[in-house]
Amino acid sequence: MGGDSKYLGLWYVAPYIIGLLLFTAFPFVSSLYLSFTDYDLLSAPEWVGTDNYERLFTRDRTFDRSLRVTMIYVFTTVPLKLAFALFIATVLNYRLKGINLFRTAYYVPSILGGSIAIAVLWRYIFAGNGLVNMILTGLGFEAVNWFGDPQNALFTITLLRVWQFGSAMVIFLAALQSVDKSLYEAASIDGAKPRHIFRYITLPLITPVIFFNLIMQTVQAFQEFNGPFIITQGGPLNSTYLLPLYIYDEAFRSFDMGYASAIAWILFAIIMTLTLVAFWSSKKWVYYAGDKRN
Amino acid sequence: MIDFSSTAAAVLKDDRPPSQLELKLRRRARVSAFVRYTLLSVVGLIMVYPLLWMIGASFKTNSEIFSTPWFWPQEPTFQGYIDGWQTSTPYTFGRFFLNSMMIVIPKVIGTAISSTLVAYGFARFDFPGKKVVFAILIGTLLLPDVVTRIPQYLLFRELGWLDSYLPLVVPQWFAVEAFFVFMLVQFLRAIPREMEEAARVDGANTFQTLIYVVVPLLKPALISVCLFQFMWTMNDFLGPLIYISSVENYPISLALRLAIDSTEAFSWNEILSMTVLALTPSLVVFFMAQKYFIEGISTGGVKG
Repeated sequence: MGGDSKYLGLWYVAPYIIGLLLFTAFPFVSSLYLSFTDYDLLSAPEWVGTDNYERLFTRDRTFDRSLRVTMIYVFTTVPLKLAFALFIATVLNYRLKGINLFRTAYYVPSILGGSIAIAVLWRYIFAGNGLVNMILTGLGFEAVNWFGDPQNALFTITLLRVWQFGSAMVIFLAALQSVDKSLYEAASIDGAKPRHIFRYITLPLITPVIFFNLIMQTVQAFQEFNGPFIITQGGPLNSTYLLPLYIYDEAFRSFDMGYASAIAWILFAIIMTLTLVAFWSSKKWVYYAGDKRN
Repeated sequence: MIDFSSTAAAVLKDDRPPSQLELKLRRRARVSAFVRYTLLSVVGLIMVYPLLWMIGASFKTNSEIFSTPWFWPQEPTFQGYIDGWQTSTPYTFGRFFLNSMMIVIPKVIGTAISSTLVAYGFARFDFPGKKVVFAILIGTLLLPDVVTRIPQYLLFRELGWLDSYLPLVVPQWFAVEAFFVFMLVQFLRAIPREMEEAARVDGANTFQTLIYVVVPLLKPALISVCLFQFMWTMNDFLGPLIYISSVENYPISLALRLAIDSTEAFSWNEILSMTVLALTPSLVVFFMAQKYFIEGISTGGVKG
């Protein structure tokens, strides 16, 4: 807007810049610093060089286990959730009576999202004598030891998050609805089968939102805390002891702030690496309309 | 993905006897609709049944809860609500509700005001360094909370803010939730500037333009922001877990966790009743304002 000082906009953005410096940038830098220290809140942080990291990678069996469990969790939850969300979105992308009722039903579990109430509910549904086992035995199957068995416990948390596929689904649905209908008509006149149309027209056109959902869901899955904390408390045998739980225990139960910061930075490094790999690979598979490269 | 139903409808208006192909298309449209409805209903049941079961179970007696998978209570009773409300602490559940509101209300207000100011700054002004700051804003969307959490805790500890709501609320007055700023900027970019320019020509300064022209236009997006912040705050657990230590200050999420820890064995109905109550505000708000959630997600793309 002409006539105003060129710094005027800065005044409006000032709250963000102050907040960024105070609550993001400064903590970001200090957490890196803390990861090279020994700090128990009682005396000043003591510089220990790379000790924390060496301990993590050479001596800490809990970390090994936790890292592995985290990777398994993320690499099962994210693909399952996205595949399911996309599948349901394609089914919903169709003019049917009462379709809004279904959309709402699918979205409700997600809006209640990471709440403790839902985790509590999950804990009761998958209990030994809980709803799921009652239905299973009623149908003539054997009851499953969902939380007691290390083989199943992590999968139960995965099921909880896959159940909450609604946000990803809504984003997919919006993308599906913006696909140019004339492309479908042209293809069907040429005799293309629905699955070919999906594979060669729909899928390429929605790669930008697949990419977006992939990144958001991955970053989020790496930070899963409420589910395992409430439902399994990290057990049994640490089979659901995801890295955020380990960080929480080290920082706020053992007050080992330096060590906890080192774990947090490793988690951060993993997330960033995967995000960068995704961005780099996206040049090969994400199609942007109007982009000449494709 | 092909809209067979409209093809079939066009065929129906025709007086000619349907050809083989037309019959095939019509049949295919019917089968397709049937398959979709069946699939949607089965999945829909899986989505909703746990919640239905929970509501039903909260009106059951303890012995009935785990005796049948059917959600409808045989002898409905409020006992779970009556006992659960008392909690195992000196406070009732009402106290924890109030505590939650003490966090939610200032947080939502702060988010709405600060995000609006900042989004207006980004969307309508040029200033030195704008590109860099906006790039950082986008970058922080991907920054996991884990990296900043420990130093934030140490900072608030230095300030003497532990066991108060300040660590949960104050940052929100500085637009720390980059997602909301991003969403409002996206929304503002889609609004033409003519009305704002007219207001400026009439002598309004930029702040008056913001208040009298931009904010009314932003209303739908602002409602989305408030709703999401409301939900996220009600759902937040780790924040209160780290910062709030005395039971008298507990919000609902911590109170619920206390309930499952202290009344482990035989009071499922109490816990499920309180779980239903804990979810009620979110459910009510969601059903009142569904369309804003869907719009918010489609314009900004929401984590969750």
